Amino acid sequence: MIAHEKLSMAQALNRALRDAMSADPSVVVFGEDVGPLGGVFRITDGLTAEFGEDRCFDTPLAESGIVGVAVGMAMNGMRPVVEMQFDAFAYPAFEQIVSHVAKMRNRTRGKVSLPMVIRVPYAGGIGGVEHHCDSSEAYYAHTPGLHVVAPATPSDAYTLLREAIASPDPVIFLEPKKLYWSKEEVELSAHAPAAGIGRAVVRREGSDATLIAYGPSVPIALEAAEVADREGRSLQVVDLRSIVPFDDETVCAAVRSTGRAVVVAEASGFASVSSEIVARVTERCFHSLAAPIRRVTGYDIPYPPPKLEHVQLPSVDRVLEAVDDLQWELS
Amino acid sequence: MTGDAHHLLPSAEPVTLIGVDGAALHETLPDDAALLRALQGLVTARRLNEQAYALVRQGRLAVYPSSHGQEACQVAAAQVLADGDWLFPTYRDTAAIVERGVDPVEALTLLKGDWHCGYDPYEHRVAPHTTPLATQLPHAVGVAHAARLKGEPTVVMALCGDGGTSEGDFHEALNFAAVLKAPVVFLVQNNEYAISVPLARQTAAPSLAHKGIGYGVKGERVDGNDVAALLAVLTDAVQRARSGAGPQLVEAHTYRMQAHTNADDATRYRKDDEVAAWVERDPIVRLEKHLRDRGLLTDDVLARMTEAAEKTAAHTRDGINRDVEPDPAELFAYVYAKPTPQLIEQGAQA
Ligand SMILES: Cc1ncc(C[n+]2csc(CCOP(=O)(O)OP(=O)(O)O)c2C)c(N)n1
Ligand SMILES: [Mg+2]
Repeated sequence: MIAHEKLSMAQALNRALRDAMSADPSVVVFGEDVGPLGGVFRITDGLTAEFGEDRCFDTPLAESGIVGVAVGMAMNGMRPVVEMQFDAFAYPAFEQIVSHVAKMRNRTRGKVSLPMVIRVPYAGGIGGVEHHCDSSEAYYAHTPGLHVVAPATPSDAYTLLREAIASPDPVIFLEPKKLYWSKEEVELSAHAPAAGIGRAVVRREGSDATLIAYGPSVPIALEAAEVADREGRSLQVVDLRSIVPFDDETVCAAVRSTGRAVVVAEASGFASVSSEIVARVTERCFHSLAAPIRRVTGYDIPYPPPKLEHVQLPSVDRVLEAVDDLQWELS
Repeated sequence: MTGDAHHLLPSAEPVTLIGVDGAALHETLPDDAALLRALQGLVTARRLNEQAYALVRQGRLAVYPSSHGQEACQVAAAQVLADGDWLFPTYRDTAAIVERGVDPVEALTLLKGDWHCGYDPYEHRVAPHTTPLATQLPHAVGVAHAARLKGEPTVVMALCGDGGTSEGDFHEALNFAAVLKAPVVFLVQNNEYAISVPLARQTAAPSLAHKGIGYGVKGERVDGNDVAALLAVLTDAVQRARSGAGPQLVEAHTYRMQAHTNADDATRYRKDDEVAAWVERDPIVRLEKHLRDRGLLTDDVLARMTEAAEKTAAHTRDGINRDVEPDPAELFAYVYAKPTPQLIEQGAQA
């Protein structure tokens, strides 16, 4: 049964949780304020009322405990979906994530799998004060054993979360906060759809250069492509959706088709997902490249206070400047 | 909330049922069969500790954190559990893992270095040895909570050391367990040291069992070298947890007779006479004396127990001495349920 509704990303995530909980009684949701309040971003709104306190409950304020308890519940037949209240407040859980969530399957030669999802409202662009705007994807992406995904649209938010919950492996689910209120028509499904994790998607066709983005940076890339189009340059936009597994095939095919690329990401650039993308695309597509791949990323500074965050965030102007730099005079 | 914490307090002194001289200090002890079963467990556990230590010296095991001196805790922790229960051990608890039924060769795989965990945790409901201190405790709570949601009567025995009680996860696990009323028995083996650091540098609490009060968890202290007392206290704790009374905290006072691991030099931080004082409190000598005094143990029976322990040691030796060529392809096989394209590529190169 498939239905369509116009939903914001926040509503799409909420629907994904509801539909997953309806479809599978082993799905449980817990974290800080996720019960009657519905989470500080209301992603879990109504779940306790609909499914009862055993299925969606508030926990003590302790992120390591939340993730550690989820590990145990996953070991014992449940599919926990836990919420970290904000990106920077997931750090207390880091030891559990790196030492256990990521390693349990490998440690036990596949005997113990941990089907669990750690939802992280993440990244900036919302005028948040310190500790509310971190782009923490590189920490997770660097850790073998985790899947790391970041939707950029309400439809992907729905599909990827359904898929993450159904996955036998742990998924770090990064929700770009600033896109929570963006809306679109979403296809809802009774069953967990299988499409997104591990697959990038070409969001916009273009022939002159490829913009590679994920999560909160996808709308910036699309906007830049729109402006460039008016200025006579055709930019293709690839939305990774899934950082781990990484879709080399789609990304490389896209870059080969244009011969030029710019990676757009909000996180600081040093030792980041964006540097990994440049490295792997260069290794694979060197002979198709007409120019070095450029990056537009956050600077290597702690996330700025709200009045200065515009300095840190990739902007349409910065993206277009990087595109201008792709050695067009040589072609 | 009620302000009354009295019922959560541990007894003033650790519960002891059999004294150092083997005499019963209480009229009710675990029954004869339970004590004989415990003695068999102790004899086997001691032999396993000795065997593993020898295997380290022979270069067959990379390292071995021995529970020599702590065997009563190891044996009781496993013996009080029902089949459907779970055990969450630390790196020092190989003897408890084996007492629970795991093949010692599989239990020692981690320390042999063939793989991180050599047994199927679901087979005997034993989690993998956990090395990052106290991190297994929230897992224990999760397993227990899931069981409760499923309506299963499972109790989880979660082990940790005195040093581990200083970790944040110890606190988080006790707090979660208490709030969720999760059926977990936390057994702290207080062996006086965390590697070189003595208990006085670990805590200013009156006892580790007192830590339960802050969470609303009942604490109890027990002589960790008296297996009879351990069986009684832990059976009680398991029963309370199973009947819905929530988590229980038990501190067992014991002593690590050997260095932290074979790689450690204990003479740098503790005196020989301190160690010597614990020799007379040996858990095996004590129970043996008690059972002999009551006419329950003959040389014959003990010989049979020793023989069974020898068999376990021989099996362990043979298994550990057998070289299995670890397969590098396995390194890529279990990272994800379905290997990523990148891992398939890397696995082909490795
Ligand atoms: C998080 C963490 N920090 C440090 C260590 C290194 N380490 C291993 S065992 C140990 C001492 C632990 O003492 P205790 O909890 O009393 O257990 P015991 O070894 O005495 O059984 C330390 C510091 C570790 N394994 N994990
Ligand atoms: Mg210790």
